[in-house]
Amino acid sequence: MSQVLDHPVHADVSAARPGGSGSERAARRRAVLEWIAVHSLGVAAALFFTLPFVFVVLTSLMSDQQALTRDLVPDTWEWGNYRQVLDTPGFLTWWRNTLLYAGLGTVLTVVSSVPVAYALAKFRFRGRNLALMLVISMMMLPPQVVVIPMYLFWAKQLDLSGSLWPLIVPMAFGDAFSIFLLRQFLTTIPNEYLDAARVDGCGELRTLLRVVLPMAKPGIAAVALFQFFYAWNDYFGPQIYASENPAAWTLSYGLESFKGAHHTDWNLTMAATVLVMAPVILVFFFAQKAFVEGVTLTGVKG
Amino acid sequence: MATHTLRAKRRRSALRTVAFLSPWLIGFGVFFAYPLVSTVYFSFMKYDGFGTPVFRGPGNWAYVFQDYPLFWPALRNTLWLVLVMVTCRVVFGLGVGLLITKIKTGTGVFRTLFYLPYLAPPVAATLAFVFLLNPGTGPVNSLLDGFGLPTPGWFTDPAWSKPALTALALWGVGDLMVIFMAALLDVPREQYEAAELDGASAWQRFRYVTLPNISPIVMFAVVTGVIQTMQYYTQPLVAGKVASGIIGGSGQQFEPGYPDKSTLTLPQLVYNLGFQRFDYGAACVVALVLFALSMAFTALLMRRRGGLIGAAD
Repeated sequence: MSQVLDHPVHADVSAARPGGSGSERAARRRAVLEWIAVHSLGVAAALFFTLPFVFVVLTSLMSDQQALTRDLVPDTWEWGNYRQVLDTPGFLTWWRNTLLYAGLGTVLTVVSSVPVAYALAKFRFRGRNLALMLVISMMMLPPQVVVIPMYLFWAKQLDLSGSLWPLIVPMAFGDAFSIFLLRQFLTTIPNEYLDAARVDGCGELRTLLRVVLPMAKPGIAAVALFQFFYAWNDYFGPQIYASENPAAWTLSYGLESFKGAHHTDWNLTMAATVLVMAPVILVFFFAQKAFVEGVTLTGVKG
Repeated sequence: MATHTLRAKRRRSALRTVAFLSPWLIGFGVFFAYPLVSTVYFSFMKYDGFGTPVFRGPGNWAYVFQDYPLFWPALRNTLWLVLVMVTCRVVFGLGVGLLITKIKTGTGVFRTLFYLPYLAPPVAATLAFVFLLNPGTGPVNSLLDGFGLPTPGWFTDPAWSKPALTALALWGVGDLMVIFMAALLDVPREQYEAAELDGASAWQRFRYVTLPNISPIVMFAVVTGVIQTMQYYTQPLVAGKVASGIIGGSGQQFEPGYPDKSTLTLPQLVYNLGFQRFDYGAACVVALVLFALSMAFTALLMRRRGGLIGAAD
C-alpha cells in the first residue's frame, strides 16, 4: 500500500535507457538518497508529533519545585503525583460522569441512528434528498447556535440543569454526524443482499437486524468510537449544563478547573492531563482500524 | 381490487419509512427546528432568563454590531483563523499525507505516531500546549533560548496567541492526514508512470498528476476546515483562561479572549452574552450570524449534484 506512490525507479525503465548498468547504479543511488531524505523527514515529523506527549509525561513526574524550572528531565521520579491527582476530591466522580455520558450516550446514539441511516441509504421515498441535506446541515451546525432556547428548555421547563441529562437524552433521537457516516457506509452494501432477504420473507426490520447489521459492523464501530470520543472531549456541553454542580462535571470540564486550583503546580496539572488523555489513546490502540476507516469514510463520496 | 391493495401497500411502505426515520424526525423538530425558530424570536426580545421577554425590535442587532465591544474582534480573529490556520492545516496535512505514502520502513508506526495527537482531548491538548509554550520555563522557549533564538510570549502575547493556537491545530492534523492519504493512494498509478516516461520532474508530477486528482478532497478539507473554524471554541477559550492564570470553574469571570481579545471566536460570544451577561437576545443575534456563516459554507459543500459529500447522488 505504501508502494503505490513510490517513484517508479524500476529496472525495466532504466534499462531501456542507453548506458545500461551505469544509469542503473545512478538510479539505485537516487533511490537510496530518497529513502534517507523521506525517512529523515519522517523522523522529524514524528518528533513534532510525539515530543509534546514526552514533555507532558516527564513534567508530570517532577517534584513541585522542579516543575517550575526549565529542566526537561525529572531529578527524582515522583510517581506519587498521580496518586495525588486521583485522590483529589471530585476526580473520580468526573471519571464516573464521563463514562456515563460517553457510554450511555454512545449506546443511545447507535441504537437511534442505525434505522435512520438505513432508511436514508436504502429506502426510496419522496424527500429523501431533502432529509439528507437537513441531516448534513444539522451536522455542520455549531452547537452554540441553538444553545439559548435549548438551555431555557432544559433548565427552566424541565429543571434538569446541573446534570448531564440535557446532553444524554438528545442522543436517543439520532445524531446527525452518526446518521451521515452510517448512511455513507450502508450505501456501499449491495442491494442484492437486501433483496435476497426480502424474497425469503424478511420484513424490513428483520432484514436490518439479520442481514444489514452484521455487514455494517465496521461502520457501527466507527460511529460508536467517534461518539464516545465526542462525549469524552466535550467541553461546551458540560460547561452549559453541568458547571453549576461540580458533582456532575466531566473530566474535560473538571480538568480546566483543576488547573485553576493548582495554578502553579504544572506537575500535577500535567499528571491530570495524562490521566484524561490516556483512556482515549488506549481505546484507539484497540480499535485503530475501525477509527481510521471512519475518518476516511467522512471524506469520500457517497 | 388491485389498486386498492396497491394503495394499501404504498401506505404501508410510507408508514415504514416514517417509523424508521422517527427518532431523527423527533430530534429534528425538538433539537433543531424548534430552537432555531426560537433563536430568531429571542433575537428580537429583551430577556435575561427571568420574567417575560419584552419586544426590543432590532435593538439587539444594533447593539451587537455597533456597541458590543467583542463582536468585531471575534469576527476579525475568525477571518485570521480561516486564512492562516485553515491554510496551514490543509498544506501541512497534505504534506504529512504525502510523506506517509512515501515512507517504506515502519509505515504503520509512523502513521500511528502522526495520528495520535488528533485524538488528544481538546482541553488536555490545550493545557499541554499552554505548558509547552509558557514563556518563562516552557520546554519550547527553553529550546529556542538554547539556540539563541527569540522567545515569544505565545499564549500571553496578543501577536503570538493565534500562531500558538495554529501550532496546536497543526499538532492535531491527523484527520486530514488520513483523508489525504486515502486520496493519494487512489490516484491511478499509470498516470505517474506516463508522466515519468514524459520526463516530468517530481514537482511537475505533483502539480499535473497528483493535484488535479485530489483537488476535490483538498476542496473538501478547506470547506470543512472553514466550518470547523466557525465552531472553534474549546481550544481558544481554555487557552485564554489558563494563560490568564485566573481560576476557572463555575461562573468565574475572566477577561474574554485573553490576551487583549486575541483569542475570541464567535461561539465564545454566545457564551459571554448568554451565560455571563444574561443578555439572551444579543446572544441569539450572534448565534444567527454563526448560523448564517456555517450554512453558507455547508451549502458550498452540497452545491454540486453528487457533490463533495455526495448529498444528492
